[in-house]
Amino acid sequence: MTSTTDPHTESFRLSMLIYDTRYRSTTIQVVALIGFLILIGWLISNTAQNLQDLGKEPSFRFLFEPAGYDINQRLIEYTSRSSHLRAAFVGLLNTLLVAVMGCALATVLGVLIGVLRLSKNWLVSKIMTVYVEMFRNVPVLLWIVLFMAVLIETLPAPSAFRGDDPESTMKLFESVALTNRGIYVPEPLFSRSLGDVHLFGQSALNFDVSLNLLAIVAVLVAGVFVSGRIRDRADAIQNRTGVRPTTWYLRLGVVFVPLIILLVALGFHLGYPELKGFNFGGGTHMRNSLIALWLALSLYTAAFVAEIVRAGIMAVSHGQTEAAAALGLRPRRIMGLVVLPQALRVIIPPLISQYLNLTKNSSLAIAVGYMDITGTLMGVTLNQTGRELETVLLGMLIYLTISLCISLVMNWYNNRVSLVER
Amino acid sequence: MKKSVFLGALTVAGLSAGAAAAGTLDDVKARGTLNCGVTTGLVGFAAPDANGVWEGFDVGVCRAVAAAVLGDSTAVEFVPTTGKTRFTALASGEIDMLARNTTWTFSRDVDLKFEFTGVNYYDGQGFMVPSGLGVSSAKELDGATVCIQTGTTTELNLADYFRSNNMNYEPVPIETNAEAQQQYLAGACDVYTTDRSGLAATRAAFEAPGDHTILPETISKEPLGPLVRHGDHEWGDVVRWTLNALIVAEELGVTSANITDMASSAGDNPEINRLLGTEGNLGEMLGLEADWAVKAISAGGNYGELFERHIGESTPIGLARGLNAQWKDGGLLYAPPFR
Repeated sequence: MTSTTDPHTESFRLSMLIYDTRYRSTTIQVVALIGFLILIGWLISNTAQNLQDLGKEPSFRFLFEPAGYDINQRLIEYTSRSSHLRAAFVGLLNTLLVAVMGCALATVLGVLIGVLRLSKNWLVSKIMTVYVEMFRNVPVLLWIVLFMAVLIETLPAPSAFRGDDPESTMKLFESVALTNRGIYVPEPLFSRSLGDVHLFGQSALNFDVSLNLLAIVAVLVAGVFVSGRIRDRADAIQNRTGVRPTTWYLRLGVVFVPLIILLVALGFHLGYPELKGFNFGGGTHMRNSLIALWLALSLYTAAFVAEIVRAGIMAVSHGQTEAAAALGLRPRRIMGLVVLPQALRVIIPPLISQYLNLTKNSSLAIAVGYMDITGTLMGVTLNQTGRELETVLLGMLIYLTISLCISLVMNWYNNRVSLVER
Repeated sequence: MKKSVFLGALTVAGLSAGAAAAGTLDDVKARGTLNCGVTTGLVGFAAPDANGVWEGFDVGVCRAVAAAVLGDSTAVEFVPTTGKTRFTALASGEIDMLARNTTWTFSRDVDLKFEFTGVNYYDGQGFMVPSGLGVSSAKELDGATVCIQTGTTTELNLADYFRSNNMNYEPVPIETNAEAQQQYLAGACDVYTTDRSGLAATRAAFEAPGDHTILPETISKEPLGPLVRHGDHEWGDVVRWTLNALIVAEELGVTSANITDMASSAGDNPEINRLLGTEGNLGEMLGLEADWAVKAISAGGNYGELFERHIGESTPIGLARGLNAQWKDGGLLYAPPFR
């Protein structure tokens, strides 16, 4: 005689939402969510209402009107008759330019300094410590302004290069002019140019891509690829026979010979900067604002990257180094083959944050008059059109997109180098 | 910068409707001080002196309004603004009025929703170059590097001028007058361009003003004047007529020296009587006391006195009255009648 007692089934009552622990947490979350949404809704409707009262309904039509102002550094064709959208695009490219240059230099310097900070040489490691502490403990804005002031105050004006007995002369075989308006370096020119390919037709975002550049990149990529195959083949032969064939001249040859042939075919030559009127003409002009911003952002971020690299290296167990040494590897190879690859796993995630920081810090560009997206869209355009809300929202959206793209790429890389656990 | 603009935008959204509805005049009276937006420092127009007291031609307008409304010309909170921040500051209600050599343009008046209450200086954009450069006309500036204050009408005028004359130039955008001065003096730009009055004021602050020339061309009309938010007409009237009172006082010969006598009893000239409140009720119409104009004029003198003291020919800035003379003397200053 066994009798099973049915579990006591209870009908659902409203009070259970509060008193029953099974439902309580959900209830609280739903209430909080509703409250949050109401707050957001209120903010939006309040803003919309007040803008309407002011007679400034949100509108993005201003983007298609002529901007009316000039921009000094433009990577694509732009005149003061171009639209505000085009100006924003010019600014965006300037932001990307300094961000890419900054991230590259910060990484190189950061890795170097991080490794040197662990050096057994007392002097070297102390100098690196001083560097790190000095750069990361002063706000980056001050570094930017300082670099700009140094460039402006110490370098000669272009007028100093004028006359029969000039105060200043061009450096490096008369090819580079260092002035307080920027650095003029020789520019690559092609006498038998392939021309440009025009993308996006007549829209506001159209731009030209140099076919010469594309051809050079294609030849380089192909050369490196072939060189890789030669290395693979050498590896295979070494594995099979134990003797590694000498391939360095072949590998150099497949990269450089086609490149040189292409450059000669295109009629490659350098255009040197020359004093013309008020300024230097010809050559590539790297403006002071770009240099100051680039150096300040890179050196500042390099201090953080150095610490991240140091932490990553120290996270690799010392046993690894000893084991590699026991195998007979030299210190430089231990670092390159054993320690750094393992350290990368620790280094990459915080490094992403530093890249994002550098990109966002580039919005301080206006301090030195570098026309990035903050200077064009959220600076002059905002001021001339009075569209605060629209321009700032658009600007935030653009920074968000850039940052998410950087994160995406870096996360992909992180997944590639991370430890595959089974 | 991004953050402050965004906060500004939010404040525009949050505050402006309320501020406009409540009435700036009542707000100022209740607060007991006037928040007046000025430049971050342009000698002669608005700059703190050695003791940190703001002084200048634009500052004089602020003080006159404060005196008219509050009876105390020192009850002013000066808020330094840059070319970029000034409009956000005004629209958001951070300042009650802006007296910052701001050009009266159609789009600022109509689209940006401000109200210009008159012109206190008729100006035009000019160019300053080092004399050693050997340039005597703006037409010779092809290829020059030009320093400009960003967020101003000068930026647009400059682009138009060089474009219409088929000349190239390299713009160097700069946030404040002080930075522009530093870059210009270091030779990082060949030319500095802004309103001619601003050039004269900047040059006066140089160690060797004689080494710099202001080129003869004036490439634009720049009527500079105080402005308030659109929609608050009561407050707009107070600022407009305070400025007019200063101008008409000069026309009628009322100065800070003789105003106490003139205001003590009604005189022979009915317009002076109405202005000084010894006759009629103009002050009441504005929502102010009967002697509002007396206080405004006593604060720093009439228009001519303000001009002479801060930017006139006896000062280092040395501007001639030119267009800014009274209409009787061939200038453009013409205050509507007080009746």
